[in-house]
Amino acid sequence: MVYLTRKAEFSASHYYHNDEFTAEENQRIVGKCNNPNGHGHNYTLEVTVKGQVDQRSGFVVDLKQLKDVMNREVIDAMDHRHLNKEVAEFRDRIPTTENLAISIWNRLQPKLKVAELHRVRVYETPDLFVDFYGEA
Amino acid sequence: MKAYLTRRYMFSASHRLNSDSMSAEENKSVYGKCNNPHGHGHNYVLEVTVSGQVEAKTGMICNLMDLDSFVQKNIVYRFDHENLNTMAEFRNAVPTTENLCVEIYNILQKGFQQAGVEKVRMEETMLNSFEYAGGRKIRN
Repeated sequence: MVYLTRKAEFSASHYYHNDEFTAEENQRIVGKCNNPNGHGHNYTLEVTVKGQVDQRSGFVVDLKQLKDVMNREVIDAMDHRHLNKEVAEFRDRIPTTENLAISIWNRLQPKLKVAELHRVRVYETPDLFVDFYGEA
Repeated sequence: MKAYLTRRYMFSASHRLNSDSMSAEENKSVYGKCNNPHGHGHNYVLEVTVSGQVEAKTGMICNLMDLDSFVQKNIVYRFDHENLNTMAEFRNAVPTTENLCVEIYNILQKGFQQAGVEKVRMEETMLNSFEYAGGRKIRN
């Protein structure tokens, strides 16, 4: 089994807010992330796939196919967007880094051929990242 | 859905690697420059990985403010700008980054209740890093 990781970057804005909480609760729980006009991050995405090395090509995965899927499913959908307003799954789900990692997994997993998705890692800043392995 | 969140922190401290169970020559040969009698320092990078179900209401494993305040109070404040050899934790253990990693993992495992503590990773320099997960296999 060999693991291959591909990185990509995108920039997006978001804010954290749950309608079920009062304004004070929202402010207390998520602090500055609740500022109503939102704020942004430069996100770094790392997608790791695993598989056997194909004898003929020497590849675990066709990197071009992986890049195309990442660009189409994630970068085109999220880069320079407001996650709460422009990405369908975040209309009713808070775009935390945890939920972003899960969402990216769900976008990529059905589209990948040959290699198996192993991990999605999303850096919100260089000092904070979330890993998702598709676990329940 | 179970996810893993990692947060990075920094602190600076000094230490000297010297074991009472070895002769002066042995210490010099095992630890080299790290055995110099007046010690030396590092800018340590600490990475704490916690895990748990992503809560539907908040979209979070745990509140980052809780993790930050726990780590600042119980780890960064405690070790930053200290000489590790003078601390109670290292009275009977050489303050290698291995032992520091284990010590910090134990502080988190004992005191941080809001999420599961998965792993502690420490960078002593840009070229050396150490990981401890309480003896469990480390997943990458």
